[in-house]
Amino acid sequence: MAEKKAIALQVNGTQYTAEVEPRLLLVHLLRDVLGLTGTHIGCDTSQCGVCTVLMDGRAVKSCSVLAVQADGAEITTVEGLAQNGHLHPVQEAFWEKHGLQCGFCTPGAMMVAIGILQENPHPSEEEIRQGLNGIICRCTGYENIVRAVQHAAERMPG
Amino acid sequence: MAKVFGAAVKRREDPRLIRGKGRYTDDIRLPGMLYAAILRSPYAHARIRKIDAEQAKKLPGVVAVFTGADLEGKVGPIPTAWLPPDSDMKTPAHPALAKEKVRYVGDGVALVVAEDRYIARDALDLIQVDYEVLPTVVDAEKAMEEGAPLLHDDVPKNVAFHWQAGNDPAPAFHEAEVVIRQSFRQQRLIPNAMEPRAAVAQYNSGSGEMTLYITSQNPHIHRVLLSNILGIPEHKLRIVAVDVGGGFGSKIACYPDEALVAFAARELGRPVKWSEGRSENFQATTHGRDGIIHAELAAKKDGTILGLRLRMVANMGAYLSTAGPGVPTILFGLITPGPYTIPQVHVETYGVLTNTTPIDAYRGAGRPEATYVIERLVDLLAMELGMDPVEVRKKNFIPADAFPYHTATGLEYDSGNYQGALEKALKMLDYEGWRKKQEEARKEGRYIGIGWSTYVEICGLGPSQVAGAVGFQGGLYESATVRFHPTGKVTVFTGTSPHGQGEETTFAQVVADRFGIPVEDVEVVHGDTDRIAMGWGTYGSRTTPVGGSAIAVAAERVLEKATKIAAHMLEVAEEDVEFEGGVFHVKGMPDKQAKIQDVVLQAYLAWNLPQGLEPGLEAQSFYDPVNFTYPFGAHACVTEVDGETGEIKILKYVAVDDCGPIINPMIVEGQVHGGVVQGIGQALYEEAVYDENGQLLTGTFQDYAMPKARFFPMFDTDHTVTPAPHNPLGVKGVGETGTIASTPAVVNSVVDALRPFGVKDLEMPLKPEKIWRILSGGKKS
Ligand code: FES
Ligand code: FES
Repeated sequence: MAEKKAIALQVNGTQYTAEVEPRLLLVHLLRDVLGLTGTHIGCDTSQCGVCTVLMDGRAVKSCSVLAVQADGAEITTVEGLAQNGHLHPVQEAFWEKHGLQCGFCTPGAMMVAIGILQENPHPSEEEIRQGLNGIICRCTGYENIVRAVQHAAERMPG
Repeated sequence: MAKVFGAAVKRREDPRLIRGKGRYTDDIRLPGMLYAAILRSPYAHARIRKIDAEQAKKLPGVVAVFTGADLEGKVGPIPTAWLPPDSDMKTPAHPALAKEKVRYVGDGVALVVAEDRYIARDALDLIQVDYEVLPTVVDAEKAMEEGAPLLHDDVPKNVAFHWQAGNDPAPAFHEAEVVIRQSFRQQRLIPNAMEPRAAVAQYNSGSGEMTLYITSQNPHIHRVLLSNILGIPEHKLRIVAVDVGGGFGSKIACYPDEALVAFAARELGRPVKWSEGRSENFQATTHGRDGIIHAELAAKKDGTILGLRLRMVANMGAYLSTAGPGVPTILFGLITPGPYTIPQVHVETYGVLTNTTPIDAYRGAGRPEATYVIERLVDLLAMELGMDPVEVRKKNFIPADAFPYHTATGLEYDSGNYQGALEKALKMLDYEGWRKKQEEARKEGRYIGIGWSTYVEICGLGPSQVAGAVGFQGGLYESATVRFHPTGKVTVFTGTSPHGQGEETTFAQVVADRFGIPVEDVEVVHGDTDRIAMGWGTYGSRTTPVGGSAIAVAAERVLEKATKIAAHMLEVAEEDVEFEGGVFHVKGMPDKQAKIQDVVLQAYLAWNLPQGLEPGLEAQSFYDPVNFTYPFGAHACVTEVDGETGEIKILKYVAVDDCGPIINPMIVEGQVHGGVVQGIGQALYEEAVYDENGQLLTGTFQDYAMPKARFFPMFDTDHTVTPAPHNPLGVKGVGETGTIASTPAVVNSVVDALRPFGVKDLEMPLKPEKIWRILSGGKKS
């Protein structure tokens, strides 16, 4: 077994340090070590996007990042989206527009949505659908996720 | 108070799910927990000569390695629980870990338990298995041939069952002026719920109690089956499945894996977790569909359908999965006449074992296959006769005044108005307008097609007596308990097990509406066998029609008792009390009243109850429906085929569904969207492919094409409302309508688009390459 490495990172505003195996995935660090189980795992080939988190403000698939690569990074997971008890506009929008059914892809889908809106605060339907290419949802048929992103776009400062 | 039954109430399950506070199985971490991994066969068919786990056992962090020999007397075989009668059924043994032979790629061979999940996976690579590779068969029709490799010694010709239904269709074919003959392949699909399966087991050796958290659509079914497999008395076994990340049929079955996890926890005296990876899910979680249907339709020249003869060869995979045999027989065969008056119908199904992953229910389960066949046949008939496909449908519809209607396959359709749904869809689509556009486009060398699908499905499974008669090894009633608490809040316990369908909200609406209390005051509990009396689970669009009806009946019983207490409080006779909007009042004296919350409090204080009445306020119901429900509708799809690339674009999609009265339109619409996309997935993208050695070539999301957001336009959805006459809510279920209806609508539309090329039929999925070959004259579809 390879030697463990010490890392320090900020998750949802809290500073953490951990001793990790070099092969440990960020998603397993979040779920198994830090107990932040809101971020889910839907595949093992980096294709479903349900593990998406924000790393230094950018949407990344946490199953494709090693924990050691996140050393020094700032991570936001679904647990860190709401601020001072107020839901993030994207969370509000998913709730309002019925953008989730089983909820399993939802943490990742919301992060992808945030990524879309960061790059383009007023996306067209077409652009939203393209942007959602990074997420697989088996339940919703995507239409209400698209509507949720549109709804959030109308309400977000940007 | 605004009416809550029928309102688009925002979902009650969402606040936890959008905050990452769901309670999915893999989220559970117990003190001292170990991690399991399962070694799976890399061969589709092989004899196991020897398993050597010594190296694996020596790896630091590995706690135990178990093989089939270790299960002797501790883990029994995995049963099949749907045995259609009179079908010469053979149920070959399915050991939890293969001992002598593996029969598909993914068959479990050994179980490793280790201190963490990475070590458990590492240990799998250290187990040496000596296999003698055997000849393989993956195609069901080939598996029935003389000399095909035999999977199980006790299943001759690999035919596990041969089932038939209907009457003699010979007279219809004798009388026929036209006969349409066509074979349709239902490709194998992979359910791919986004949450793979998982299990966490905790055993208390002192009390003998086992708690098993699993990804389940039906915890009580899992409890009774696992109780048998593991030899744990049912009252000592608790199954919990709170948040489940989608199922689509793939979490109905009882798998070996969950039993193995429980076994390991009992052997080792520590909690054990197992989480399937996606690649493992592709191999080891049940698949859906997979069959070929040879069809013949007899008709008159005016388009009147006289008879239908179907022969299905269904690929069942390597073992008969829990509900597997019921799918290509009962759920397929009985509904094959669709919404049409077809006096003579005969269906037969061969269930065949092959060296592939076992097949079980997948959203729609049997009914998409049936709908596909009849809806394609109707279009072929229209083509043959030069009629409009809409006219042929109208001509053969069961008239709205003919319900209840008895089909040649023995069903009693409860209610329907097929014309009504079709008329609405025709208007929404602007059918005439699209026909014109299609004509103009053709002149420009563009290929637009319009496809219809008018369907009826069998839902709300179902009357228990019928369940017994069709070989389902269980009942299909549903239990509910409605409990008022002293402060006027309500907990509802349901035996159904929703996992995305939103019944924590819809059921709360039903109860809040009846009691005249806020929706927020009602909590719905599901997915825990210790908290819920009994249940048959969520599948077959039964949750709302059966589970919701159970709740409605229980709520009524609560109200009956509350009325007695209210009358006593108001000092009048029970008959003089009326209840509305959460308030009991004396007839004709609206001022003399008692709020339901006050009555509830009195029920629990019991200071002054009517003579002989017990304190407390709750009621239970075991609601057994008298019939199935039969949702129906009309879907239309407009596609354009790109003449250069063969790519298919959906220009418009109209869905009119009739699921009876709608409790929450937002949720119903969501079910339709998701279902339609899954059905279109089958028509255009998805297909599980095995090579001839039984290797799954589409074993990741890279190779298995899942529908993505950019493939679709916004859908036009609407409803007609024809209540089910036999349940207290009139509801019919809507979880599967989209999947059942959309597949043939899309294929009919593409076939229509390609008429100029003389195309009559296309095999799914309609990948661009296939279409491109036709367009470029290759005609090699
Ligand atoms: S888990 Fe599928 S992309 Fe990360
Ligand atoms: S809501 Fe279930 S996978 Fe997206």
